[in-house]
Amino acid sequence: MEFKKKSNIKLAIPTASMPDIIFMLLIFFMVATVIRQYSGLKVELPDAAKIQKLAVSKRHISTIWVDKNSNVVMDDIPVKNIKDLRNLAYKKRAEDPQLIISIKADKYSKMSTINKIHQELRKASALRVNYSALPGEF
Amino acid sequence: MIIGKKKEKDVEIPSASLADIVFLLLIFFLVTTSIDTEKGLDLVLPPPGDIEIKIPPKNITNLFINAAGQAMIDNEVVDVNQLAGIIKEKLFENPLLIVSLKTHKDSEYNVYVHVLDQLKKAGAKRISLADTDKE
Repeated sequence: MEFKKKSNIKLAIPTASMPDIIFMLLIFFMVATVIRQYSGLKVELPDAAKIQKLAVSKRHISTIWVDKNSNVVMDDIPVKNIKDLRNLAYKKRAEDPQLIISIKADKYSKMSTINKIHQELRKASALRVNYSALPGEF
Repeated sequence: MIIGKKKEKDVEIPSASLADIVFLLLIFFLVTTSIDTEKGLDLVLPPPGDIEIKIPPKNITNLFINAAGQAMIDNEVVDVNQLAGIIKEKLFENPLLIVSLKTHKDSEYNVYVHVLDQLKKAGAKRISLADTDKE
């Protein structure tokens, strides 16, 4: 018995719709990208089990960093006096009512700093906070 | 003078390189996107002002955290890891329970997050933060 090679069949992936697919991907990544990125402070985040994703997109998040020496930075603006946080938070809140404050505090930072931040955020009416944590069981 | 219409001239933007340009843009956005979403514990702070809301004392449980990282609930020192169970029992007895969380100013943030985590685990929705350092 003889097998003949069917060499005449052309196998080609249609490339006509490739630009369309690339366009779709492009649009997805354009929408998903938030270019601003803050460097913040070096912190060691605490761990928690019941963490959940932030309910809003990155656009609506302001981050407050607190390191273990009680240095406070809000969106790359160093906050010398915690009282200044009120104005900063108030401005952000006025610009964006959906704002969520993400607190990235070092796990060895003192509660007195955190409590002061709470008070200032309350006065600025920025009430939705999120304590950044790493997943893990302690 | 009659100006003849130049109908024959085709004006077209070359579209052969369009795919290349789009590719380039795609690669740029691919590189700059970071999809990692931040995760954490949500909490809504109480509104500003000292509005006293009368809460019957039986609906409040006081939870203290001291500087040594110990938790005390209803005048009993408990292990932080067992808080979820204790709070759950209390919530079962009284669904209207409010947990009032007080932290010492020298206590560590770590303990605070762990306690909040335990409260979330127990399903406590009503958490109040008492301010300890009154000025």
